[in-house]
Amino acid sequence: MILLESEGFINIFIKAAFIENMVLAYFLGMCSFLAVSKSVNTAFGLGLAVIFVLGITMPINWVINNFLLEESGLLGTDLTFLRFMLFIAVIASMVQLVEMIIEKISPSLYNSLGIFLPLITVNCAILGGSLFMVSREYNFTESVAFGLGGGFGWFLAIIAIAAIREKIKYSAVPPALRGLGMAFILTGLMGVAFMSLMGIDPAALSGGAN
Amino acid sequence: MAETAVKKKEPVIAFGKKERKLISDPLNDNNPLTVQVLGICSALAVTSLILPSLVMSIAVVFVCMFASFFTSLLRKKIPNSVRMIVQLVIIAGLVTVVEFSLRYLNYPVYKQLSVYIGLIITNCIVMGRLEAFAMANNPWRSLLDGLGNGLGYGAILLIVAFIRELFGKGTLFAGTGIEMKIIGASPDYWINTLTSNWFGWYANNNLMVLPAAAMFIIGILIWIQRSWNQKLVDIS
Repeated sequence: MILLESEGFINIFIKAAFIENMVLAYFLGMCSFLAVSKSVNTAFGLGLAVIFVLGITMPINWVINNFLLEESGLLGTDLTFLRFMLFIAVIASMVQLVEMIIEKISPSLYNSLGIFLPLITVNCAILGGSLFMVSREYNFTESVAFGLGGGFGWFLAIIAIAAIREKIKYSAVPPALRGLGMAFILTGLMGVAFMSLMGIDPAALSGGAN
Repeated sequence: MAETAVKKKEPVIAFGKKERKLISDPLNDNNPLTVQVLGICSALAVTSLILPSLVMSIAVVFVCMFASFFTSLLRKKIPNSVRMIVQLVIIAGLVTVVEFSLRYLNYPVYKQLSVYIGLIITNCIVMGRLEAFAMANNPWRSLLDGLGNGLGYGAILLIVAFIRELFGKGTLFAGTGIEMKIIGASPDYWINTLTSNWFGWYANNNLMVLPAAAMFIIGILIWIQRSWNQKLVDIS
């Protein structure tokens, strides 16, 4: 377990999952977050799929970015203008793969996720993760940690909002605010709540800061 | 939402009632943000100031229009099984054009928008319109539909940015040539809360600067729109 020995791994994982949560701090992947959070079961499935896709695409995109696109890579020319196209192609094919796997393993989950599975392709959290990875200049281990952590944070957030929305069905919400409007306001409140984690420095917790 | 295929005898480029509806519909009854719930991510992240929101809206209008146009041109040639990938490549190409132009035109705003320009690729509005409209309609109408949806998105973006900038920072159009300093604790502002008799109690609301405020504002906009337009109310 070379990965886990690296202190950076856990720090970045915690940071990506809680402190800089993809949904609640950067509001990425909001479309599917709002559309699929009506019941905890489907939210659970989609959350797992997102962890999986983020965890796989992030290292692949890291390799592509550093060995093919950068000037210091194998080809020796600056191809960074192809970044968007290659990243999205990797993501689209990975989502296709996940779709095929889920269809084989659990047809019931496949049916309940329905059209939202292909939508992971256009889930901003996935592409956003890869772009953040580039702009923050993570190394390979860190990009794996960021992918898994970000996915886990997304998973937690969607389960939390799905649970709240299941409960709020029984409350007397004004008709015009029912459903979507309420989901927006709830997400805003959750975002404010998650901000209380912002002051935490994971490096200090594990003693790395000293 | 998917309309039936256009009749053959109609002129290719027309601007009649139907075409006007393609543009006006997304502004209210079928707004991509508040009714279809598409493209929320960028709407929340960039709206703390008006200038980046304006740039973002223009970028989305551009990408949405031309992605619809090109997809519609190619719609009979694209095999069904790989259509997602083809659509994404078209969008990614256009977004790359936008990114490079913005980098040379206005670098500070480019830095401020950071990854969100790239994220227009995964903006569900673009993708959604391609799937729902451009794959079944002629290029001219698809162009108009793209324009309408881009504008519908931009309108909400600017409303949210206006509220957030005014109450969060006390300014309007900060960073542009027509910057207006409305209210704040310094003589630079039109209403100086240090000396004013009426506004001494006023302080800028820091919550408005946070992304969470965009959530509340859009939630409230949806509330207003739905109480005014009853047919949009969610019955389930």
